Amino acid sequence: MDLLDVSLVNWSRAQFTLTAMYHWIFVPLTLGLGIVQAIMETIYYRTGDEEWKKATKFWMTLFGVNFAIGVATGIILEFQFGTNWSNYSWFVGDIFGAPLAIEGILAFFMEATFISIMFFGWNKVSKKFHLVSTWLTILGATISAFWILVANAWMQHPVGMEFNPDTVRNEMVDFWAIISPFAINKFFHTVWSSWIVGALFVLGVSSWFLIKKRDVGFAKKSIKVAAAFGLVASLLTAVTGDGSAYNVSQEQPMKLAAMEGLYKGQNGAELVVFGILNSEKKAYNDNVDPYVFKIGIPKALSLLGYRDINAFVPGINDIIDGGYQTKNGVALSFAEKKEKGTIARQALSDYKKAKTANDTIAAAEHNAKIKANFDNFGYAYLDSPEKSIPNIALTFYSFHFMVMLGMFFILIFGVFTFISFNSKYDPEKYNWLLWVALLSIPLGYVASQLGWIVAEVGRQPWAIQGLLPVNAAVSAISTQSVQITFFLFLTLFSALLVAEIGIMLKQIKNGPNHE
Amino acid sequence: MFTYSFLQHYWWFIISLLGGLLAFLLFVQGGQSMIFSLSKDEDERRLLVNILGRKWEYTFTTLVTFGGAFFASFPLFYSTSFGGAYWVWMAILFCFIIQAVSYEFQSKPGNMYGKTTYRVFLFINGFLGTILIGAAIATFFTGSEFTVNKANITEQLNPVISQWANEWHGLEALLCVRNWLLGLAVFFLSRTLASLFFVNRLNNENLEKRSRKAVLVNAIPFLVFFLSFVIWTLLSEGFAVKPETGEVYMEKYKYFFNLIEMPVVLILFLVGVVGVLWGIIGTLLKESFKKGIWFAGTGTVLTVTSLLLLAGYNNTSYYPSTADLQSSLTIFNSSSSEFTLNAMTIVSVMIPFVLAYIFHAWRSMEKKRTDIADINSDDHAY
Repeated sequence: MDLLDVSLVNWSRAQFTLTAMYHWIFVPLTLGLGIVQAIMETIYYRTGDEEWKKATKFWMTLFGVNFAIGVATGIILEFQFGTNWSNYSWFVGDIFGAPLAIEGILAFFMEATFISIMFFGWNKVSKKFHLVSTWLTILGATISAFWILVANAWMQHPVGMEFNPDTVRNEMVDFWAIISPFAINKFFHTVWSSWIVGALFVLGVSSWFLIKKRDVGFAKKSIKVAAAFGLVASLLTAVTGDGSAYNVSQEQPMKLAAMEGLYKGQNGAELVVFGILNSEKKAYNDNVDPYVFKIGIPKALSLLGYRDINAFVPGINDIIDGGYQTKNGVALSFAEKKEKGTIARQALSDYKKAKTANDTIAAAEHNAKIKANFDNFGYAYLDSPEKSIPNIALTFYSFHFMVMLGMFFILIFGVFTFISFNSKYDPEKYNWLLWVALLSIPLGYVASQLGWIVAEVGRQPWAIQGLLPVNAAVSAISTQSVQITFFLFLTLFSALLVAEIGIMLKQIKNGPNHE
Repeated sequence: MFTYSFLQHYWWFIISLLGGLLAFLLFVQGGQSMIFSLSKDEDERRLLVNILGRKWEYTFTTLVTFGGAFFASFPLFYSTSFGGAYWVWMAILFCFIIQAVSYEFQSKPGNMYGKTTYRVFLFINGFLGTILIGAAIATFFTGSEFTVNKANITEQLNPVISQWANEWHGLEALLCVRNWLLGLAVFFLSRTLASLFFVNRLNNENLEKRSRKAVLVNAIPFLVFFLSFVIWTLLSEGFAVKPETGEVYMEKYKYFFNLIEMPVVLILFLVGVVGVLWGIIGTLLKESFKKGIWFAGTGTVLTVTSLLLLAGYNNTSYYPSTADLQSSLTIFNSSSSEFTLNAMTIVSVMIPFVLAYIFHAWRSMEKKRTDIADINSDDHAY
């Protein structure tokens, strides 16, 4: 048997990163803009005001262009679990496959059916049926997000399953456990933050119309909807962001430590508001100060992570050395986890041999060992403690920039809501503010991508938290094959992105009155 | 609730049905491969693109759901075939990626590459996508070169359970003539169905006349390739499974025996074939007959479903390995657990509701046949 090349794992990760990040350029706008256009059509339905219909159709055209490329970049993600992560697909496919199938049955067909009526049915179905179709299209997209986020949350917090040594995989034993609080919070945080992207897009584009002093009535209407919608979304995102951080601290302490650059744990730990990491720090245990500079809020990390201002928050060193108290007892060190993981893996090997030899007594003994140690099965594949630490700088800076941007979004939506709903003020008169809104469009995308970097880089090396690291999840193909498809995807997706941006700009330039 | 064996059979039926529906909906791909050849001017091309463009998402969604359902119900197939026959699946995926943007982008100003580029993308999707999907499905009968060893997971340096046994990673399937036969059969079937769809949907005399001619031109090679594949398969050795031990062995006329031993599948198959022929012949013989797509479409669903049932039912390996017979996948050794199949079965109760709203939506949008004036008056037309 050939040995797997380390570069294969890295290239497979790179390809998944590339395709997921490209896909995620388009999904948040779909989720956010879909709601904005549905709100506008609802107003049109209730008021009969043709201006609202015109506004709805304008944003719908942009939605359509964005949706198409979202579909194009999405198909590869589902199949990539098989093509590039085949071991993963078997090891947890019994649980992970179900949300993907449900997504297809319940969400994709809803989207595909009603989007057709939404685009082509203006003169073919009643106003009411059309409005329902517009809402069902975005409902379908949101249900799709729900199931894929349930699947993702399960990878980060695997529950509701048992390992079966006969089939060598994890098997579902509790369907409802999979839709865990972790998953629910992740869903709302992701979807509501996507609404921000949609709202910022509408706000920024509408501001451009005001800067250019054209289609003023349409732009002001759109700003009203976007500002109020964006304010609600950004406040809800902040609340669920807190929920996400709480879940991470409970289930993924290493990720939390990476997000905060926390090496040495403490009671009453401070929350770093702003910090610069020390590039001289080369190893987790070299005693070099991890920060060059930082501003923090005392005890806030303990409060947010454990709902107790004096709670102990473990740092990277603590997690590797173990010995601190957790809700499940005393934390194990990396060495202890590796030992347990190795015992479980060896027991699995022995179990298979005992089964082949029809030695049921020995098989039962080995099975008991597997069960006792399975929680740390994945550690058997990690060579050293360093392999269990994610990229600190990337996780830390991504997290902090994301939070800063989140605060900025609350501010900008708050200001625009105040101005656009208060008759004393006229957004047209605040040119600088309109420019801020316009230039903020990319920031929504950046924040959304940063959120995924925190979630996915922060959980490395795990494909399934604690059970399967990425180096044991990959398919046995050549590195060159993955390199070729990586560059094919890069070229194709970049070319399509350029086309999408070109079309979007042209459509915006044409404006809502272009027939 | 249900026995494990029943659930495994039920889910193989769902997969087969999705495969049948996908084969029918590939008429969109067939139509895309005819955009240039069937039309004489831009108006006609635009008309063809737009009536196909109202349907492409159903095919795309069915393909994605086919993949998702396969993953959920038979994950070992997912990990073995997708991770092994890497190049075939990647080629299929690339064909569909370029399709997904091509309708929406082609007529929009600022699309960078021009209308023709996107139409060529549609052609590639229609031409290569159908042949590759057909060839990939043919390997269910002809076999692939892989090994499955679940004990590999205990290896530190190469813990991969499913391994491909050659460096071609799926491209070797193109060396098998029988795979080509089914690939080409699917290609010409999709074009035949597309021609029937055009006859049914278009309000354009010239295009309808040419579509009727295209039915004949495509149906003949379709029948030649399809019958060659079916006869060859029924007369060749098949991958049988001993129910007591799960041991896989070669059995002469296995698929023929499957057909005889499963009379319901035989009836489905025959009714399906008659439906396809009825749709084709009726359209060719009678000018007022425009419903050929519904006969041929339903026939396609039944025929392909029954072919896939032949591959998986009656103690047969549906994804056989020619590199190691005992690594072959059956509906028993590759399925999800009983719990998961039960949970998924409950979800599958929703399928009739999904079909019902698709039917309702389709009807409400297709009250009359489409002509170029309809397209020109639609501000979202492609």
